[in-house]
Amino acid sequence: MPTTVQYKYHPSNLSQSEPNKLKAENLRSEEMIINLGPQHPSTHGVLRLEVLMDGEIIREVVPHIGYLHRCFEKHAENLPYNQVIPFVDRLDYVAAMNCEHIYAIGVERMLGIADQIPKRVEYIRVLMAELNRIASHFIAIGTYGMDIGAFTPFFWLMKDREHIMRLLEWASGSRLLYNYMWIGGLFYDLPVGFEERCKEFLVYIKPKLKELEEILITNKIFIQRTAGVGVLPLDLAINCGVTGPVLRGSGLRFDLRKVDAYSVYPELDFEVPIGEGKMGKVGDCWDRTWVRMEEIHQSVKLVGQCLERLTSDHKRTKDFDPQALVPKKIRPKAQDFYVRGESAKGELGFFFRADGKSDIPFRCKCRSCSFVNLSVLPEISRGILIADLIAIIGTIDVVMGEVDR
Amino acid sequence: MLSFDELVEFVRGHSRNGEPTRDESSTPKAVRISTADLVNVCQNLHQNERTYFDMLSCITALDNGPEPNTMEMIYNLYSIPYNHHLTIKVSLSRANPEIPTVTHIWKTADWHEREAFDMFGINFIGHPDLRRILMPADWQGFPLRKDYKQQEYYRNIKLDY
Repeated sequence: MPTTVQYKYHPSNLSQSEPNKLKAENLRSEEMIINLGPQHPSTHGVLRLEVLMDGEIIREVVPHIGYLHRCFEKHAENLPYNQVIPFVDRLDYVAAMNCEHIYAIGVERMLGIADQIPKRVEYIRVLMAELNRIASHFIAIGTYGMDIGAFTPFFWLMKDREHIMRLLEWASGSRLLYNYMWIGGLFYDLPVGFEERCKEFLVYIKPKLKELEEILITNKIFIQRTAGVGVLPLDLAINCGVTGPVLRGSGLRFDLRKVDAYSVYPELDFEVPIGEGKMGKVGDCWDRTWVRMEEIHQSVKLVGQCLERLTSDHKRTKDFDPQALVPKKIRPKAQDFYVRGESAKGELGFFFRADGKSDIPFRCKCRSCSFVNLSVLPEISRGILIADLIAIIGTIDVVMGEVDR
Repeated sequence: MLSFDELVEFVRGHSRNGEPTRDESSTPKAVRISTADLVNVCQNLHQNERTYFDMLSCITALDNGPEPNTMEMIYNLYSIPYNHHLTIKVSLSRANPEIPTVTHIWKTADWHEREAFDMFGINFIGHPDLRRILMPADWQGFPLRKDYKQQEYYRNIKLDY
Protein backbone atom coordinates (compact mmCIF):
# COMPACT_ATOMS: atom_id res chain seq x y z
CA MET A 1 0.00 0.00 0.00
CA PRO A 2 1.52 3.31 -1.01
CA THR A 3 1.94 5.76 1.77
CA THR A 4 0.49 9.15 1.05
CA VAL A 5 1.53 12.35 2.65
CA GLN A 6 -1.48 13.38 4.62
CA TYR A 7 -0.24 16.80 5.59
CA LYS A 8 1.94 19.11 3.59
CA TYR A 9 3.97 21.67 5.40
CA HIS A 10 3.31 25.09 4.05
CA PRO A 11 6.32 27.38 4.45
CA SER A 12 4.29 29.82 6.52
CA ASN A 13 3.40 27.07 8.97
CA LEU A 14 7.03 26.66 9.90
CA SER A 15 7.32 30.18 11.23
CA GLN A 16 6.18 30.97 14.72
CA SER A 17 3.16 33.19 15.09
CA GLU A 18 4.47 34.33 18.46
CA PRO A 19 8.27 34.29 18.13
CA ASN A 20 10.55 34.48 21.10
CA LYS A 21 11.89 37.87 22.01
CA LEU A 22 15.21 36.48 23.17
CA LYS A 23 17.49 35.07 20.51
CA ALA A 24 19.57 31.98 21.17
CA GLU A 25 22.66 33.47 19.53
CA ASN A 26 22.68 36.38 22.00
CA LEU A 27 22.91 34.16 25.06
CA ARG A 28 25.99 33.94 27.20
CA SER A 29 27.41 30.55 28.06
CA GLU A 30 25.45 28.63 30.71
CA GLU A 31 22.29 30.54 29.86
CA MET A 32 19.23 28.92 28.39
CA ILE A 33 15.70 29.81 27.40
CA ILE A 34 12.89 27.90 29.04
CA ASN A 35 9.35 28.14 27.79
CA LEU A 36 6.56 28.03 30.38
CA GLY A 37 3.01 27.68 29.12
CA PRO A 38 0.63 28.51 27.54
CA GLN A 39 -0.82 25.29 28.88
CA HIS A 40 0.70 25.23 32.30
CA PRO A 41 -1.51 24.74 35.30
CA SER A 42 0.19 27.28 37.52
CA THR A 43 -0.07 30.11 35.03
CA HIS A 44 -3.81 30.47 35.67
CA GLY A 45 -4.90 30.18 32.09
CA VAL A 46 -3.11 30.66 28.82
CA LEU A 47 -0.15 32.71 29.89
CA ARG A 48 3.12 31.94 28.18
CA LEU A 49 6.38 32.93 29.78
CA GLU A 50 9.70 32.92 28.03
CA VAL A 51 12.29 32.65 30.76
CA LEU A 52 16.01 33.25 30.42
CA MET A 53 17.71 31.07 32.99
CA ASP A 54 21.20 30.79 34.36
CA GLY A 55 21.07 27.49 36.18
CA GLU A 56 18.11 27.95 38.45
CA ILE A 57 18.36 31.73 38.59
CA ILE A 58 16.07 33.75 36.39
CA ARG A 59 17.70 36.50 34.36
CA GLU A 60 14.72 37.71 32.38
CA VAL A 61 11.04 36.91 32.01
CA VAL A 62 9.11 37.82 28.87
CA PRO A 63 5.36 37.27 29.11
CA HIS A 64 3.54 36.46 25.89
CA ILE A 65 -0.16 37.16 26.06
CA GLY A 66 -3.04 37.26 23.64
CA TYR A 67 -4.00 33.59 23.52
CA LEU A 68 -7.46 34.42 24.84
CA HIS A 69 -7.98 37.59 22.83
CA ARG A 70 -11.68 37.83 21.98
CA CYS A 71 -11.75 41.33 20.48
CA PHE A 72 -13.75 42.98 23.26
CA GLU A 73 -12.99 46.47 22.05
CA LYS A 74 -13.87 45.66 18.44
CA HIS A 75 -17.15 44.07 19.50
CA ALA A 76 -17.96 47.03 21.71
CA GLU A 77 -17.60 49.37 18.73
CA ASN A 78 -20.36 47.47 16.94
CA LEU A 79 -22.93 47.00 19.69
CA PRO A 80 -25.26 49.32 21.61
CA TYR A 81 -24.20 50.14 25.16
CA ASN A 82 -26.58 47.71 26.84
CA GLN A 83 -25.55 44.81 24.61
CA VAL A 84 -21.90 45.21 25.60
CA ILE A 85 -22.66 44.01 29.14
CA PRO A 86 -22.47 40.26 28.31
CA PHE A 87 -19.03 40.93 26.83
CA VAL A 88 -18.03 42.81 29.95
CA ASP A 89 -18.91 39.68 31.93
CA ARG A 90 -16.40 37.75 29.93
CA LEU A 91 -13.52 40.05 30.84
CA ASP A 92 -12.94 38.97 34.40
CA TYR A 93 -15.07 35.87 34.38
CA VAL A 94 -14.49 35.00 38.02
CA ALA A 95 -15.70 38.42 39.19
CA ALA A 96 -18.20 39.30 36.47
CA MET A 97 -20.53 41.24 38.78
CA ASN A 98 -17.78 43.70 39.64
CA CYS A 99 -17.10 44.35 35.96
CA GLU A 100 -20.78 44.84 35.22
CA HIS A 101 -21.14 47.20 38.14
CA ILE A 102 -18.35 49.48 36.97
CA TYR A 103 -19.51 49.41 33.37
CA ALA A 104 -23.10 50.18 34.38
CA ILE A 105 -22.22 53.14 36.60
CA GLY A 106 -19.98 54.45 33.84
CA VAL A 107 -22.75 54.54 31.25
CA GLU A 108 -25.23 55.87 33.82
CA ARG A 109 -22.94 58.77 34.60
CA MET A 110 -22.59 59.52 30.91
CA LEU A 111 -26.36 59.57 30.58
CA GLY A 112 -26.67 61.68 33.72
CA ILE A 113 -29.00 59.28 35.50
CA ALA A 114 -26.48 58.05 38.07
CA ASP A 115 -28.07 59.98 40.95
CA GLN A 116 -31.59 58.75 40.21
CA ILE A 117 -30.88 55.05 40.67
CA PRO A 118 -33.01 53.72 43.56
CA LYS A 119 -31.12 52.88 46.73
CA ARG A 120 -32.45 49.35 46.70
CA VAL A 121 -30.92 48.78 43.30
CA GLU A 122 -27.59 50.18 44.49
CA TYR A 123 -27.57 48.00 47.58
CA ILE A 124 -28.36 44.89 45.57
CA ARG A 125 -25.53 45.77 43.19
CA VAL A 126 -23.04 46.18 46.02
CA LEU A 127 -24.30 42.98 47.63
CA MET A 128 -23.73 41.04 44.42
CA ALA A 129 -20.38 42.65 43.74
CA GLU A 130 -19.10 41.84 47.20
CA LEU A 131 -20.32 38.25 47.02
CA ASN A 132 -18.49 37.91 43.75
CA ARG A 133 -15.38 39.52 45.21
CA ILE A 134 -15.38 36.84 47.90
CA ALA A 135 -15.70 34.16 45.22
CA SER A 136 -12.86 35.69 43.23
CA HIS A 137 -10.56 35.86 46.26
CA PHE A 138 -11.47 32.26 47.08
CA ILE A 139 -10.18 31.24 43.67
CA ALA A 140 -7.09 33.40 44.08
CA ILE A 141 -6.16 31.95 47.47
CA GLY A 142 -7.23 28.41 46.66
CA THR A 143 -5.30 28.09 43.42
CA TYR A 144 -2.37 29.86 44.99
CA GLY A 145 -2.24 27.27 47.74
CA MET A 146 -2.33 24.57 45.09
CA ASP A 147 0.45 26.23 43.09
CA ILE A 148 2.86 25.96 45.96
CA GLY A 149 1.82 22.57 47.22
CA ALA A 150 -1.11 22.97 49.62
CA PHE A 151 -3.86 20.91 48.09
CA THR A 152 -6.61 20.85 50.72
CA PRO A 153 -7.56 24.55 50.87
CA PHE A 154 -8.33 24.48 47.15
CA PHE A 155 -11.11 21.94 47.61
CA TRP A 156 -12.45 23.67 50.69
CA LEU A 157 -12.58 27.01 48.92
CA MET A 158 -14.10 25.60 45.74
CA LYS A 159 -16.80 24.02 47.87
CA ASP A 160 -17.49 27.29 49.68
CA ARG A 161 -17.40 29.23 46.43
CA GLU A 162 -20.07 26.89 45.14
CA HIS A 163 -22.47 28.32 47.74
CA ILE A 164 -21.86 31.79 46.33
CA MET A 165 -22.29 30.54 42.77
CA ARG A 166 -25.65 29.01 43.71
CA LEU A 167 -26.76 32.24 45.34
CA LEU A 168 -25.80 34.25 42.29
CA GLU A 169 -27.42 31.69 40.01
CA TRP A 170 -30.59 31.97 42.02
CA ALA A 171 -30.63 35.71 41.57
CA SER A 172 -29.49 36.02 37.98
CA GLY A 173 -30.07 32.66 36.29
CA SER A 174 -26.47 31.80 35.48
CA ARG A 175 -23.46 30.69 37.45
CA LEU A 176 -20.59 32.64 36.00
CA LEU A 177 -21.62 35.20 33.40
CA TYR A 178 -24.60 36.98 34.82
CA ASN A 179 -25.78 39.93 32.71
CA TYR A 180 -27.59 40.92 35.89
CA MET A 181 -26.79 44.60 36.31
CA TRP A 182 -28.31 46.64 33.56
CA ILE A 183 -27.77 50.25 32.72
CA GLY A 184 -30.25 52.05 34.95
CA GLY A 185 -31.26 49.07 37.02
CA LEU A 186 -31.18 45.35 37.40
CA PHE A 187 -32.38 42.41 35.41
CA TYR A 188 -34.61 41.33 38.27
CA ASP A 189 -35.23 42.01 41.94
CA LEU A 190 -33.79 39.58 44.48
CA PRO A 191 -35.72 36.30 44.56
CA VAL A 192 -38.00 35.82 47.58
CA GLY A 193 -36.04 34.32 50.44
CA PHE A 194 -32.64 35.38 49.08
CA GLU A 195 -31.82 37.63 52.01
CA GLU A 196 -32.45 34.88 54.56
CA ARG A 197 -30.46 32.33 52.60
CA CYS A 198 -27.60 34.77 52.21
CA LYS A 199 -27.57 35.47 55.94
CA GLU A 200 -27.31 31.74 56.57
CA PHE A 201 -24.35 31.68 54.21
CA LEU A 202 -22.61 34.40 56.22
CA VAL A 203 -23.12 32.41 59.41
CA TYR A 204 -21.71 29.38 57.66
CA ILE A 205 -18.69 31.09 56.12
CA LYS A 206 -17.24 32.87 59.16
CA PRO A 207 -15.86 29.78 60.94
CA LYS A 208 -14.69 28.46 57.56
CA LEU A 209 -12.55 31.55 57.10
CA LYS A 210 -11.00 30.95 60.48
CA GLU A 211 -10.21 27.40 59.43
CA LEU A 212 -8.69 28.61 56.18
CA GLU A 213 -6.52 31.06 58.03
CA GLU A 214 -5.23 28.32 60.26
CA ILE A 215 -4.59 25.72 57.60
CA LEU A 216 -3.07 28.02 54.98
CA ILE A 217 -2.33 31.64 55.79
CA THR A 218 -0.69 31.25 59.20
CA ASN A 219 0.64 27.79 58.43
CA LYS A 220 4.36 27.59 59.09
CA ILE A 221 5.11 25.87 55.79
CA PHE A 222 3.14 28.47 53.85
CA ILE A 223 4.89 31.33 55.62
CA GLN A 224 8.31 29.88 54.93
CA ARG A 225 7.39 29.44 51.28
CA THR A 226 6.00 32.93 50.70
CA ALA A 227 7.46 35.37 53.23
CA GLY A 228 10.14 37.55 51.71
CA VAL A 229 9.51 36.12 48.23
CA GLY A 230 8.67 38.37 45.29
CA VAL A 231 8.94 41.67 47.12
CA LEU A 232 7.26 44.46 45.16
CA PRO A 233 8.49 47.86 46.40
CA LEU A 234 5.81 50.53 46.61
CA ASP A 235 7.42 53.07 44.27
CA LEU A 236 7.84 50.43 41.57
CA ALA A 237 4.25 49.30 42.08
CA ILE A 238 2.87 52.80 41.56
CA ASN A 239 5.13 53.47 38.60
CA CYS A 240 3.94 50.26 36.99
CA GLY A 241 0.31 51.24 37.58
CA VAL A 242 -0.38 48.25 39.80
CA THR A 243 -3.65 48.45 41.73
CA GLY A 244 -5.86 46.34 43.92
CA PRO A 245 -4.66 43.79 46.49
CA VAL A 246 -1.20 43.74 44.89
CA LEU A 247 -0.72 47.47 45.51
CA ARG A 248 -2.24 47.25 48.98
CA GLY A 249 0.07 44.34 49.72
CA SER A 250 2.93 46.74 49.08
CA GLY A 251 1.65 48.91 51.89
CA LEU A 252 -0.46 51.67 50.35
CA ARG A 253 -3.96 52.15 51.71
CA PHE A 254 -5.55 52.82 48.33
CA ASP A 255 -8.95 51.43 47.54
CA LEU A 256 -11.17 53.10 44.95
CA ARG A 257 -14.23 52.16 46.96
CA LYS A 258 -12.94 54.60 49.57
CA VAL A 259 -11.12 57.07 47.33
CA ASP A 260 -13.85 57.59 44.74
CA ALA A 261 -16.68 56.62 47.10
CA TYR A 262 -18.93 55.51 44.27
CA SER A 263 -22.29 53.73 44.56
CA VAL A 264 -23.36 53.27 48.22
CA TYR A 265 -19.88 52.47 49.55
CA PRO A 266 -19.65 55.72 51.57
CA GLU A 267 -22.73 54.61 53.53
CA LEU A 268 -21.14 51.30 54.46
CA ASP A 269 -18.52 50.62 57.06
CA PHE A 270 -15.42 48.70 56.08
CA GLU A 271 -11.67 48.82 56.44
CA VAL A 272 -8.94 48.72 53.83
CA PRO A 273 -6.32 46.17 54.85
CA ILE A 274 -2.72 46.68 53.80
CA GLY A 275 0.41 44.56 53.88
CA GLU A 276 2.61 45.30 56.87
CA GLY A 277 5.45 42.88 56.38
CA LYS A 278 4.39 40.83 59.38
CA MET A 279 6.15 37.68 58.24
CA GLY A 280 8.85 39.00 55.93
CA LYS A 281 9.15 42.23 54.02
CA VAL A 282 6.35 44.61 53.03
CA GLY A 283 5.05 43.64 49.61
CA ASP A 284 6.03 40.00 49.59
CA CYS A 285 3.83 37.12 48.49
CA TRP A 286 2.57 36.47 51.99
CA ASP A 287 1.41 40.07 52.38
CA ARG A 288 -0.55 39.95 49.15
CA THR A 289 -2.27 36.73 50.14
CA TRP A 290 -2.97 38.08 53.59
CA VAL A 291 -4.51 41.24 52.13
CA ARG A 292 -6.86 39.07 50.07
CA MET A 293 -7.77 37.09 53.14
CA GLU A 294 -8.55 40.25 55.09
CA GLU A 295 -10.55 41.60 52.17
CA ILE A 296 -12.77 38.54 52.32
CA HIS A 297 -13.51 39.41 55.95
CA GLN A 298 -14.33 42.99 54.93
CA SER A 299 -16.53 41.80 52.07
CA VAL A 300 -18.40 39.51 54.44
CA LYS A 301 -18.96 42.55 56.63
CA LEU A 302 -20.20 44.55 53.64
CA VAL A 303 -22.57 41.80 52.54
CA GLY A 304 -24.00 41.68 56.06
CA GLN A 305 -24.58 45.44 56.08
CA CYS A 306 -26.22 45.37 52.65
CA LEU A 307 -28.55 42.59 53.75
CA GLU A 308 -29.46 44.57 56.82
CA ARG A 309 -30.39 47.64 54.76
CA LEU A 310 -32.22 45.51 52.21
CA THR A 311 -34.43 44.07 54.93
CA SER A 312 -35.04 47.32 56.82
CA ASP A 313 -34.84 50.72 55.07
CA HIS A 314 -35.00 49.47 51.51
CA LYS A 315 -37.30 46.52 51.94
CA ARG A 316 -38.85 44.55 49.13
CA THR A 317 -42.12 46.12 48.05
CA LYS A 318 -44.73 44.85 45.64
CA ASP A 319 -44.55 47.78 43.26
CA PHE A 320 -40.74 47.97 43.15
CA ASP A 321 -39.53 47.63 39.61
CA PRO A 322 -35.75 47.32 39.25
CA GLN A 323 -36.08 48.03 35.51
CA ALA A 324 -38.10 51.21 35.97
CA LEU A 325 -35.19 53.47 35.08
CA VAL A 326 -33.67 51.34 32.35
CA PRO A 327 -33.59 53.71 29.38
CA LYS A 328 -35.30 52.63 26.18
CA LYS A 329 -32.66 54.34 24.12
CA ILE A 330 -29.13 54.78 25.40
CA ARG A 331 -27.66 57.74 23.60
CA PRO A 332 -25.20 59.78 25.69
CA LYS A 333 -24.31 63.23 24.45
CA ALA A 334 -20.97 63.61 22.70
CA GLN A 335 -18.20 63.30 25.27
CA ASP A 336 -15.14 61.41 26.41
CA PHE A 337 -15.59 59.59 29.65
CA TYR A 338 -13.21 57.60 31.81
CA VAL A 339 -14.82 55.63 34.62
CA ARG A 340 -12.95 53.52 37.11
CA GLY A 341 -13.86 51.32 40.02
CA GLU A 342 -12.45 48.70 42.31
CA SER A 343 -12.84 45.29 40.78
CA ALA A 344 -11.65 42.19 42.63
CA LYS A 345 -8.21 42.51 41.02
CA GLY A 346 -7.75 46.27 41.08
CA GLU A 347 -8.69 49.36 39.16
CA LEU A 348 -10.97 48.43 36.29
CA GLY A 349 -11.52 51.36 33.99
CA PHE A 350 -13.52 52.00 30.87
CA PHE A 351 -12.81 54.82 28.49
CA PHE A 352 -15.77 55.77 26.31
CA ARG A 353 -16.04 58.15 23.46
CA ALA A 354 -19.64 58.86 22.58
CA ASP A 355 -20.33 60.73 19.37
CA GLY A 356 -23.84 61.82 20.40
CA LYS A 357 -25.35 60.51 17.17
CA SER A 358 -25.60 56.78 17.76
CA ASP A 359 -26.36 54.23 20.48
CA ILE A 360 -23.02 52.59 19.86
CA PRO A 361 -19.82 53.71 21.57
CA PHE A 362 -17.39 55.23 19.09
CA ARG A 363 -14.58 53.77 21.16
CA CYS A 364 -14.70 51.68 24.30
CA LYS A 365 -11.33 50.95 25.82
CA CYS A 366 -11.02 48.64 28.77
CA ARG A 367 -8.21 49.40 31.20
CA SER A 368 -8.01 46.01 32.77
CA CYS A 369 -6.34 45.52 36.10
CA SER A 370 -4.91 42.07 35.40
CA PHE A 371 -3.22 43.36 32.23
CA VAL A 372 -1.43 46.12 34.08
CA ASN A 373 -0.68 44.01 37.15
CA LEU A 374 0.88 41.32 34.99
CA SER A 375 3.24 43.82 33.38
CA VAL A 376 5.05 44.12 36.70
CA LEU A 377 6.08 40.46 36.60
CA PRO A 378 9.34 40.93 34.63
CA GLU A 379 10.36 43.70 37.02
CA ILE A 380 10.12 41.64 40.20
CA SER A 381 11.32 38.30 38.90
CA ARG A 382 14.90 39.09 37.92
CA GLY A 383 17.44 37.21 39.95
CA ILE A 384 15.03 34.88 41.71
CA LEU A 385 14.69 31.12 41.59
CA ILE A 386 12.35 29.55 39.07
CA ALA A 387 10.21 27.97 41.78
CA ASP A 388 9.60 31.44 43.20
CA LEU A 389 8.36 32.62 39.80
CA ILE A 390 5.37 30.30 40.16
CA ALA A 391 4.81 31.63 43.66
CA ILE A 392 4.80 35.20 42.34
CA ILE A 393 2.41 34.61 39.45
CA GLY A 394 -0.11 33.17 41.88
CA THR A 395 -0.16 36.25 44.07
CA ILE A 396 -0.50 38.66 41.19
CA ASP A 397 -3.77 36.80 40.56
CA VAL A 398 -4.26 37.32 36.85
CA VAL A 399 -7.33 36.18 35.00
CA MET A 400 -6.34 35.72 31.39
CA GLY A 401 -9.79 36.66 30.14
CA GLU A 402 -9.14 40.12 31.45
CA VAL A 403 -5.53 40.33 30.36
CA ASP A 404 -6.31 39.47 26.75
CA ARG A 405 -9.85 40.86 26.59
CA MET B 1 -4.67 69.77 45.17
CA LEU B 2 -4.62 71.96 42.10
CA SER B 3 -7.73 73.02 40.26
CA PHE B 4 -8.16 72.30 36.57
CA ASP B 5 -7.36 75.93 35.70
CA GLU B 6 -4.08 75.74 37.59
CA LEU B 7 -3.22 72.48 35.90
CA VAL B 8 -3.89 73.98 32.48
CA GLU B 9 -1.71 76.92 33.45
CA PHE B 10 1.02 74.48 34.50
CA VAL B 11 0.80 72.62 31.20
CA ARG B 12 0.86 75.91 29.30
CA GLY B 13 4.06 76.86 31.13
CA HIS B 14 5.79 73.74 29.86
CA SER B 15 4.55 73.74 26.27
CA ARG B 16 6.90 75.23 23.77
CA ASN B 17 5.31 74.10 20.51
CA GLY B 18 1.87 75.60 20.29
CA GLU B 19 -0.76 76.63 22.78
CA PRO B 20 -2.53 73.89 24.77
CA THR B 21 -6.31 73.95 24.44
CA ARG B 22 -8.87 73.06 27.09
CA ASP B 23 -11.43 70.33 26.53
CA GLU B 24 -14.03 70.39 29.28
CA SER B 25 -16.48 68.04 27.61
CA SER B 26 -14.42 65.06 28.66
CA THR B 27 -14.41 63.54 32.13
CA PRO B 28 -11.88 63.95 33.79
CA LYS B 29 -11.27 67.33 32.17
CA ALA B 30 -8.71 67.32 29.42
CA VAL B 31 -6.05 69.48 27.90
CA ARG B 32 -4.94 69.02 24.32
CA ILE B 33 -1.26 69.50 23.57
CA SER B 34 0.98 69.00 20.58
CA THR B 35 2.98 65.83 20.00
CA ALA B 36 6.31 67.58 20.40
CA ASP B 37 5.40 68.78 23.90
CA LEU B 38 4.18 65.46 25.20
CA VAL B 39 7.33 64.17 26.87
CA ASN B 40 8.29 67.49 28.40
CA VAL B 41 4.82 68.10 29.80
CA CYS B 42 4.48 64.56 31.15
CA GLN B 43 7.93 64.68 32.69
CA ASN B 44 7.08 67.86 34.54
CA LEU B 45 3.63 66.69 35.59
CA HIS B 46 5.24 63.56 36.98
CA GLN B 47 8.21 65.19 38.71
CA ASN B 48 6.87 68.49 39.98
CA GLU B 49 5.84 68.20 43.60
CA ARG B 50 2.78 70.40 43.10
CA THR B 51 1.28 68.17 40.44
CA TYR B 52 2.89 64.79 41.21
CA PHE B 53 0.96 62.62 38.76
CA ASP B 54 2.53 59.38 39.91
CA MET B 55 -0.01 57.08 38.31
CA LEU B 56 -0.80 56.70 34.65
CA SER B 57 -4.23 55.10 34.81
CA CYS B 58 -4.91 54.45 31.19
CA ILE B 59 -3.67 55.14 27.69
CA THR B 60 -6.25 55.03 24.96
CA ALA B 61 -5.53 55.18 21.29
CA LEU B 62 -8.34 56.25 19.06
CA ASP B 63 -8.93 56.39 15.34
CA ASN B 64 -11.24 59.09 14.07
CA GLY B 65 -11.58 57.44 10.69
CA PRO B 66 -10.57 58.49 7.20
CA GLU B 67 -12.87 61.52 7.21
CA PRO B 68 -11.07 63.80 9.72
CA ASN B 69 -8.00 61.69 8.98
CA THR B 70 -6.61 61.93 12.52
CA MET B 71 -5.78 59.63 15.36
CA GLU B 72 -5.64 60.50 19.01
CA MET B 73 -3.77 59.37 22.05
CA ILE B 74 -5.46 59.95 25.37
CA TYR B 75 -3.56 59.73 28.64
CA ASN B 76 -5.49 59.52 31.90
CA LEU B 77 -3.24 60.74 34.68
CA TYR B 78 -3.98 60.46 38.36
CA SER B 79 -2.13 61.67 41.42
CA ILE B 80 -2.48 59.40 44.43
CA PRO B 81 -1.35 61.88 47.14
CA TYR B 82 -3.34 64.86 45.77
CA ASN B 83 -6.27 62.88 44.37
CA HIS B 84 -6.54 64.92 41.21
CA HIS B 85 -7.06 63.83 37.64
CA LEU B 86 -5.98 65.16 34.30
CA THR B 87 -6.53 63.88 30.81
CA ILE B 88 -3.99 64.71 28.15
CA LYS B 89 -4.97 64.43 24.51
CA VAL B 90 -2.66 64.41 21.55
CA SER B 91 -3.70 64.38 17.90
CA LEU B 92 -1.71 62.46 15.33
CA SER B 93 -1.77 62.36 11.58
CA ARG B 94 -3.34 59.19 10.29
CA ALA B 95 -0.91 58.78 7.41
CA ASN B 96 2.14 58.58 9.61
CA PRO B 97 1.12 58.13 13.25
CA GLU B 98 4.21 58.75 15.35
CA ILE B 99 4.50 59.83 18.94
CA PRO B 100 7.34 59.76 21.47
CA THR B 101 7.08 57.13 24.17
CA VAL B 102 6.48 57.88 27.85
CA THR B 103 7.77 54.53 29.11
CA HIS B 104 10.77 56.15 30.76
CA ILE B 105 8.38 58.21 32.90
CA TRP B 106 5.78 55.58 33.74
CA LYS B 107 6.72 51.95 33.26
CA THR B 108 3.06 51.05 32.93
CA ALA B 109 3.03 52.80 29.55
CA ASP B 110 5.08 49.93 28.12
CA TRP B 111 2.26 47.46 27.56
CA HIS B 112 -0.36 50.12 26.90
CA GLU B 113 1.77 51.50 24.08
CA ARG B 114 2.43 48.07 22.71
CA GLU B 115 -1.31 47.53 22.61
CA ALA B 116 -1.84 50.82 20.79
CA PHE B 117 0.84 49.79 18.29
CA ASP B 118 -0.82 46.40 17.87
CA MET B 119 -4.33 47.73 17.33
CA PHE B 120 -3.70 51.05 15.57
CA GLY B 121 -0.20 50.87 14.16
CA ILE B 122 0.96 53.91 16.06
CA ASN B 123 4.73 54.08 16.15
CA PHE B 124 6.14 55.00 19.57
CA ILE B 125 9.53 56.55 19.06
CA GLY B 126 12.00 55.33 21.65
CA HIS B 127 9.89 52.47 22.95
CA PRO B 128 12.25 49.73 24.19
CA ASP B 129 10.28 46.74 22.93
CA LEU B 130 7.67 47.62 20.33
CA ARG B 131 6.14 44.30 19.27
CA ARG B 132 2.58 43.15 18.81
CA ILE B 133 1.10 42.12 22.11
CA LEU B 134 -2.37 40.66 21.63
CA MET B 135 -2.45 39.72 17.95
CA PRO B 136 -0.03 37.18 16.41
CA ALA B 137 3.23 38.66 15.20
CA ASP B 138 2.45 37.84 11.56
CA TRP B 139 -1.03 39.38 11.53
CA GLN B 140 -1.65 41.93 8.79
CA GLY B 141 -3.28 45.26 9.39
CA PHE B 142 -4.36 47.06 12.52
CA PRO B 143 -7.73 45.77 13.70
CA LEU B 144 -9.14 48.77 15.53
CA ARG B 145 -8.63 51.25 12.72
CA LYS B 146 -11.96 52.34 11.36
CA ASP B 147 -11.14 51.31 7.80
CA TYR B 148 -9.72 47.91 8.75
CA LYS B 149 -10.42 45.04 6.39
CA GLN B 150 -9.67 41.61 7.75
CA GLN B 151 -7.20 39.55 5.78
CA GLU B 152 -8.77 36.65 3.88
CA TYR B 153 -6.30 33.98 4.86
CA TYR B 154 -4.19 33.60 7.95
CA ARG B 155 -1.58 30.83 7.75
CA ASN B 156 -3.58 29.10 5.01
CA ILE B 157 -6.73 29.11 7.09
CA LYS B 158 -9.67 30.86 5.50
CA LEU B 159 -11.14 33.46 7.80
CA ASP B 160 -14.77 33.51 6.76
CA TYR B 161 -16.56 35.09 9.69
